[in-house]
Amino acid sequence: MKEIALIKGNEAIAEAAIRTGVDAYFGYPITPQSEVLEYLQLQKPEERTGMVVLQAESELAAINMVYGAAGTGKKVMTTSSSPGISLMQEGISYIAGAELPCLIVNVVRGGPGLGTIQPSQADYFQATKGGGHGDYRLIVLAPASVQEMADFVDLAFELAFKYRNPALILSDGLIGQMMEKVELPEPKERFTTFDQSWVITGKTADRERNIITSLNLDPELQYEHNIKLQQKYERMKEDVMFESFQTDDADFLLVAYGSSARICQKVVDVVRGRGKKLGLLRPITLFPFPTEVISELSRRVKGILSVEMSTGQMVEDVRLAANGRVPVYHYGTFGGKIHSPEDVLNAIEEKFIGGF
Amino acid sequence: MTEEIIIAGFGGQGVLSMGKILAYSGIMQDQEVSWMPSYGPEMRGGTANVTVILSDNRISSPVLHSYDTAIILNQQSLDKFESAVKPGGMLLYDPNGITRHPERKDIKIFQVEAVDESIKLSSKKTFNMFVLGAYLKLHPIVTFENVVKGLKKSLPERHQHLIPANEKAIKRGMEIVREMK
Amino acid sequence: MKKNLSEDFSMEDSLEQIIQEKNLVYRPTRLMTGATLSYCPGCGHGTIHRLIMEVVEEMGIQAETIGVSPVGCAVLAYDFMDVDFTEAAHGRAPAVATGIKRLWPDKYVFTYQGDGDLAAIGTAETIHACNRGEQICIFFVNNGIYGMTGGQMAPTTLEGMVSSTTPYGRNVEQMGPPLKITELVAQLAGTYYVSRQSIHKAATVRKAKKAIRKAFEVQKEKKGMAFVEFVSNCNSGWKMTPNEANQWMEDHMFPFYPLGDIKVDGKLVKNVIQDL
Repeated sequence: MKEIALIKGNEAIAEAAIRTGVDAYFGYPITPQSEVLEYLQLQKPEERTGMVVLQAESELAAINMVYGAAGTGKKVMTTSSSPGISLMQEGISYIAGAELPCLIVNVVRGGPGLGTIQPSQADYFQATKGGGHGDYRLIVLAPASVQEMADFVDLAFELAFKYRNPALILSDGLIGQMMEKVELPEPKERFTTFDQSWVITGKTADRERNIITSLNLDPELQYEHNIKLQQKYERMKEDVMFESFQTDDADFLLVAYGSSARICQKVVDVVRGRGKKLGLLRPITLFPFPTEVISELSRRVKGILSVEMSTGQMVEDVRLAANGRVPVYHYGTFGGKIHSPEDVLNAIEEKFIGGF
Repeated sequence: MTEEIIIAGFGGQGVLSMGKILAYSGIMQDQEVSWMPSYGPEMRGGTANVTVILSDNRISSPVLHSYDTAIILNQQSLDKFESAVKPGGMLLYDPNGITRHPERKDIKIFQVEAVDESIKLSSKKTFNMFVLGAYLKLHPIVTFENVVKGLKKSLPERHQHLIPANEKAIKRGMEIVREMK
Repeated sequence: MKKNLSEDFSMEDSLEQIIQEKNLVYRPTRLMTGATLSYCPGCGHGTIHRLIMEVVEEMGIQAETIGVSPVGCAVLAYDFMDVDFTEAAHGRAPAVATGIKRLWPDKYVFTYQGDGDLAAIGTAETIHACNRGEQICIFFVNNGIYGMTGGQMAPTTLEGMVSSTTPYGRNVEQMGPPLKITELVAQLAGTYYVSRQSIHKAATVRKAKKAIRKAFEVQKEKKGMAFVEFVSNCNSGWKMTPNEANQWMEDHMFPFYPLGDIKVDGKLVKNVIQDL
């Protein structure tokens, strides 16, 4: 019997973390995601599963606690929102360089700077192109519902351990603060089974020392390390995930992720109701990006509109995928303003005029 | 069936919790639900609003700019959301503190004097349940039994003893709602 | 007792006769990897590395010990000390160690940090790890300068002391006085043992080793944070010979950074307010 709950996206992340056997959470309060730490502390996870929860003195400390703890080979996570995630970039780069699995959740708010606490999707570049210094990528998952906030915690760890790479859930204040009906994940043992040969446990006589580091003073070694990382990112393509809504016969295509995808679903329903053939492709993994399917669709549709709450970030990846075959437009509000289905509808009429 | 509702008023009027009880009731009735609040500084003393959607199908956009129903509890919210009600939709409001009443002719307008009634019955804490009762009388999208179940699920342990008072307020709200012509 | 080797052994004695257990006066710890140290001749890091590894060996805890190295000259500390290691970002070692220790509460975790790492860029992490009473050891090497990057001013650089970024000496009007972070953390409830040592003479080396042992014992008993500072030299950064540097350290560093225990068994044994 599945357990049903009405909870916020932020709480779903926290509850899923306890249920799916996350070993530790380190975090620092920031709106609009403070409910994660609040919910965890309220739930006494140390009693429920033995999970460690610690409020750090800063996001900087939190991500470095994650770095230290991830080296023990356990499931470790943190959550924050845009300015806090920016502060964490140094640590995330080290974690990616040292090839440690962990989960970072960004409940995005409008920027730049202190910006606003309202929802935004303006951290797409930061999430998908690395974010910190150096050539690296995170596995990026974009939940579009509170249910997916719950489900993606375990999925993110599965991928993070598969590739020994940090995974990031790119959410936003809308999904973080919204409540929906959620089927809670089945409780899972707090135990991870995977190759533990690299983990710091204390050196025993039967093995060489394990060293968690991202430092290679010899450029030849760093060059080799970079090649190894790039090969890993290439392999991740086998885990590309997306969802298609009525794309089979579509004349025009929307591409949207996360909360924008929810808004666009309604738009597709409305437009289809008027007898026009509009489809929606929702990337679930933003890295690896579903380039192939968009490329495929760009051979069949007359135009593509990338809809995101930013001044146009994902649209660049959509354009690369379409590779000039059809016009690719951007639409979106930003700075904490959320576009309504009506707004998107107007944009479609404006961009695709003549086609519709 | 899909019902798209905005509930708006002052922070502290129980706007968010009323939406939550409605959403829980929807779950009890096996519906899909979403509850999307305004959050942040708005919450503290200013206006608060929540978008609640109940549906038999998967809910697409939790963000709306037009609604089947607007439940309005102060003047600012009336000014902001009167125009957002879909033609043929419904606006339910408490006239307490309202100086400019709704003017649209293409929607149905109802009043519930929840503030006055809750004072009269010394039941100020259940003010929002009078409003909920009024709404359910007009749009019985969830059964009374499921609303009570929703109440039980959404109220914390320390407030469970208030359930009978809440039930009473919902029933009274059903009686005092009236259409404005 | 001093021994004159020539009295006991003649040139005719074979090496086999000399190299015997009964003649053993010193055996290097097996827990140094044997890699050639990357430190300048006369630098204190090698000695401090060795002392930590001697204590780990004597306590028999190699298989339970995890080190956290800093950014600074000791960035490659893991090349020399034969225990599992995590290399931290600049200043973040106490946070990294917190993460490790919270998930391995029964293992021994220590950080090894310089003054820039611990008392400038990592001040927040240092203070909060100490304040939480993390069950770790912090080994803090203070040579009053940024060694690795070429001798710039550190938070611990003395008043008037010349560095590449204070070519006319540290002006405290402009830069503030040197920071006595050890006296500062000693005042926090989470620290259980706080001590300041040096390793420039045989006698001080012996004392320093005792302090390291004490720090690990505190961690074993889970009493709180054990924090040991080593006042050391940076002869190349100070532009001196090793001997001159040690003399300068005694004359100038020790008066400002007095050696000895500051907090023992959770109680202050020095008037740290006055020392500040």
